Order: sequence, then structure tokens, then C-alpha cells
Amino acid sequence: MRTDLFGGIDIGASNTKTVLLDAQKNILAFDVRRSGHDFTSTSHEAWRSVVNQAGLGAETMAAIVSTGYGRRNVEFARENKTEISCHAKGCYHYFPRAITIVDIGGQDNKIIKLDDRGARLSFKMNRKCAAGTGAFLEEMAYRLDLPLEELNDYARRATDEITLGSYCTVFSATEVLEKIRAGCPVADIVKGLFRSVVKRVLEMDTLTEHVVLTGGVAAHNSILQEIFEEEIGHEALLPPYPQLTGALGAALFAMDLG
Amino acid sequence: MSEPVKRKGFKTNKMMKDIMARHFYDLDAAAKSGSPKIAWCTSVGPAELLRGMGFLVYFPENHGAMLGATRMASDYIPVANAEGYSPDICSYLTSDVGAFLKGETPLTRAYQIESVPRPDVLVYNTNQCRDVKDWFQWYGRRFDVPCEGVVTHREVGDVEDHHVQSVAEQIRELIPTLESVSGEKFDMGRFKEAVRLSKECTDLWKAVLQTASAKPSPLTFFDATIVMGPAVVARGTQEAVDYYKELLAELNERIEEGIGAVEEEQHRVYWEGMPIWGKLKNLSELFLRLKTCVVASTYCNSWIFDAFDADHPFESMARAYIELFIVRDEAFKEKYIKECQDTFKFDGIVFHDAKTCPNNSNNRYGMPQRLQSKLHIPTITINGDLNDLRMYSEEQTVTNIEAFIEQLDESK
Repeated sequence: MRTDLFGGIDIGASNTKTVLLDAQKNILAFDVRRSGHDFTSTSHEAWRSVVNQAGLGAETMAAIVSTGYGRRNVEFARENKTEISCHAKGCYHYFPRAITIVDIGGQDNKIIKLDDRGARLSFKMNRKCAAGTGAFLEEMAYRLDLPLEELNDYARRATDEITLGSYCTVFSATEVLEKIRAGCPVADIVKGLFRSVVKRVLEMDTLTEHVVLTGGVAAHNSILQEIFEEEIGHEALLPPYPQLTGALGAALFAMDLG
Repeated sequence: MSEPVKRKGFKTNKMMKDIMARHFYDLDAAAKSGSPKIAWCTSVGPAELLRGMGFLVYFPENHGAMLGATRMASDYIPVANAEGYSPDICSYLTSDVGAFLKGETPLTRAYQIESVPRPDVLVYNTNQCRDVKDWFQWYGRRFDVPCEGVVTHREVGDVEDHHVQSVAEQIRELIPTLESVSGEKFDMGRFKEAVRLSKECTDLWKAVLQTASAKPSPLTFFDATIVMGPAVVARGTQEAVDYYKELLAELNERIEEGIGAVEEEQHRVYWEGMPIWGKLKNLSELFLRLKTCVVASTYCNSWIFDAFDADHPFESMARAYIELFIVRDEAFKEKYIKECQDTFKFDGIVFHDAKTCPNNSNNRYGMPQRLQSKLHIPTITINGDLNDLRMYSEEQTVTNIEAFIEQLDESK
């Protein structure tokens, strides 16, 4: 067991994110992979990947904290924490001030408010509804027969933008079909989808002055940050690795364990 | 994965179970023989009048809770939905009506009773919601029996005399129908005795709940949802009084010995809203694992009727059933929860937003945010339902509650 290394594993609904930190809080290695259906073996593979990347032996172990939906499936974690606590810690590491964290994940969204000491003031998760989550974009990409990873480029080519009024993903899909039938350009439809995600998130809670965007959806779709800033009327901060803040926070908790 | 932590049982549980069993066996026997007559009553309806007029009283909401707790509700709600009762209305109503339409009941498994007891009359009070009226009227049409009720004011601030007089008068007006159904003349002495026993029962129930102000608390909300059975179905009877005396003694014994319902109690929280009946065990074990005691709840407090007074049975019943939390305005509700915090010293509030029960979901008009700033404690809202588990996400709820407790840990 290495006492100078710290690991964080965030097994999310879609992806597993793993971070390896040294004692100076430098990220030595990270890994992002599909969570799949066997969270335990995914966690082993992810850990082996980061220690290999760091040039360490495959059997290297360290203090590890797990988080995310699959947090209890990481057999070698010393402790597990919810992703709310881990995102808070990870974001505060980069932005040590009073912040509102907006995390847009594959399955759920979170809005977490921290005070200037990093103490949590409140948090909210979306209701059990796909509106505003990565799952909404996945469903729409499927309906539009577009690769998910190309949605950002499509949105950037938009010359106009459609408006989606529905709350419900299924009703939104019907609206999208209506737009297709009406001959709307696909790029304009896709940009409207991103706007819909942002609107659903902004309905969840009020924001404070400094807003930090995290999660895979923000990490892979730069258009989201732009639309978000348009909607709130000021800058939205993005940490260096928006998808990794949960795993980073978990690794920082591992460091606290000593 | 750690082993689930089990809830501590009570020595007096057998007594409680016997009361509940006798309640249903007596009703079943009466339904078969035709005597005594059976009145169906809403859970905070005028049960004392019915008992005082010789009826056996059956509470469909209790049956609704059984449907939820046994998770049978999920099979029956769709049946009522298909009959035109929306999935958005009370899931006690839809599960109960659906179960009836399918000819099934959890009473069969629990007590080998074939069906719910046939009513001779149905009596509601809309103090909780309008759904109970629609629910009872459905059965009134089905059985072709009288369905009468009391319509209570809503959003009441201070309970004024005119509120009390209006409801007391409506209770009096029930008497002719009840006399014609029972075939017996109204007897004031018998009625007063029922109110007296209910008062004794409710005072004891209040004392039982108040024991949770001790640290550690000898009782959790999840325990209370189980042991409250007699306070609902047997208030107005001597056996309920006897049971709560015993339970109170047992709880006081726990306090004296420093025995908490939650091992190593670290946090104390308040539960606002309906129980999630089908998930009581899971949630109870989750809070035990998190060393958190849910010390008090609006729901269990709803069977505290301070105003009962046998010398003024009509007016005091009217007042008691108007004074309930659910009938009151937002200002009263906030003040009430503040007073609960003073008594029970909780560090946070869990609001349950029950999809099909708007009247018992007090998070919907900004109350969590207001209480958070007034009481300086965090709140969390979880989405679910009393009976319809289609509205509930286990994983999301667990994550929300764990994150909430982590927040309480951080603030210690």
C-alpha cells in the first residue's frame, strides 16, 4: 500500500472516471471508460489503467475513495462518498470561493452550493426524469440518427435554433419529429436540444455569483457552456477536467483519510 | 457491502398486533352477521361519533397503507387508472379501489380474511383532501349505501369559533342518517364516553411521540408508523388506551437505560410528508446505517387531538379535526415545525414530495427554503409517493439521503 498516492473512482451511470493523485495533489493519471454492467470489474480495470499510466506496478494500491452510482461496488475502496460531496470537494479545489456547481451527468443533474470555506449550503438533484440530463441528449441523438459525439459540431453549424417547449423527453422527441417533418435544419434542432438542457437545469435552483460547470455533458460539448453563459448573463467557470471533478474530489477525500 | 442494521422491536408489539387483528376479525364477523353495523370512516374523520353510536369503524386509509406496505399497491393502481381514476390522484384511493375491483386484499394474507368489510354507511371528512370524498362516494355507489361527510375549511390560520361551529353543526347533521342505518337512537352518554377514551388515547399517543425528544431517542419515525395503528383504528376504545400505557412505559424504560432506537445516534432529523409505505424497511435501515434518527414527523403527529373534551363532544371534535396541520395555512405550518424543532432538537428536515398527495407535500410552495433560513438547518426534498412506487427511484433517494447526512457530518 503506497501512502503517498491517493485514488478516486467515480462510477457513474454512463462512465467510470478514475484519478490518481500524488501527495502534492497533482493528477498523475486519469482514466475514463464506460461503466458497463459489471461495476466491480470496471473499477479494477480502471485502477490498473491509472497505475500503469503512472508507470507503477499493476498491483499498486493506495488509499482510495469511491463515489457515483456504483460506489459500493469498488471492493478495494477504503470508504465511499456520494458524488455530491465529491463534486463539491473537487470543484472547490479549483475554485476556492463561494460557488454554485452545476453538474450535468448522464443520468442526473446536481446543483450544489458551497460557501467561501467550501462548506455545503444546499444541493439538489433532478427529479427522476431525464429532462436536462445526458440521457436526454442520448435519446435525441438516437432519434436524429446522429452520433452522440457529433452533436456539439452540429450545434455549432446552426444558423437558427428551434424551441422545445416540453418538459418530458418523450414529448420533446415528438416535438423534434415535428420539426424534422417541417424541414428544419438538423443543426438548428440540435442547438435547440442544448438550449433545452440548459433551461431544464436552470429550473432546478437559483444560482449564486460564481457558477462552475462540471460533468461529461459539459466536458464534451463546449456549446453547452456558451448557451449556459447566454442564459445566466455572465461567465460560467469550467475546471480543467470537468468530467473528473467527482473522481478528483474522491481522491482528495482519500488524502484526508491519511 | 455491509450487513443491513435491523430495527429494534418493542416488547409490547404483540399487544399492538393483537389489537389490530381483533379490529379486523370483529369487522369481518360483523360484516358476515350484519351486526353491529359497520361505518367506514376517513382516518381523521368523526370516528368518535360513529363509535358512540354503536358502529364498528373501518378505516380505508389504513387498508391503503397496508396495500402500500405490502407493495401490493403496484398491482392495483393500474386497475383503477384504467377505470378513469388518474395516476396523479391519491394512490391510497387508486390502490384501494383497484384491489377491490380485483377482489383482493392484504387482509387475506395477514388475517385469512377474504375481503374488506361491507359498509353500512360511509362517513368522510375533507380535512385531509377532497380525494377521500371521491373515494368514499365510489364505494357508496358500489354498495348502494349512504355516504355522508363533513366539509372542512382549508388553509386555516387561527381556528375561529365560526370554523368550529360550522364543522360541529355538520357533525350533528350526520346523526339522523346514522340513526336510520344503525336503528338506534343517539345516546349522548355513549358518545361522550367515546370522546373521553379518544382523548385518553391521543394524550398517550402524544406522550409516546414526545419520548423521541430524549437523546438518544428511544423511537424513530419508522417505529411510530407501525405502532400508530391502534391510535388510528382503535381510538375511542379502552384497549388502545391500555396498549399506549404499556408502550409509553417501555419507551420510558429505554430512556432511563439510555437505549436509543438508533445505535450511536449521531444526527436527528424531521420527516415532513407521507411515509413511503413500500420502502419503510429500506429507509429505516438506511437511516440506522447512517446513525441518524428520524425523531419526529408531521404524519405521526396527525393523530394528536389536543382539543378533545368529553364535556363538549361536538365542538371539541370539530376543533380537534380543524386544528390538524394539514388543514392549516403556511404560516401555521412553519410555526408548528419550528416548535417541533424546539422540542425534538433535530438538525435537518427531509421533505417527502409525494407525487399523488399534494396536501401532504409541503415542499411545493417554498417552505423548505423558508425553514432553512428561519431554523438555520438544511433541508432535502426526496421525490416519491405513499403507495405508487412507479414514482420512486431507490438509488436516487439513497444518494440524496446519504449526501444529506454527509452534509450534516460536515457541519458538526
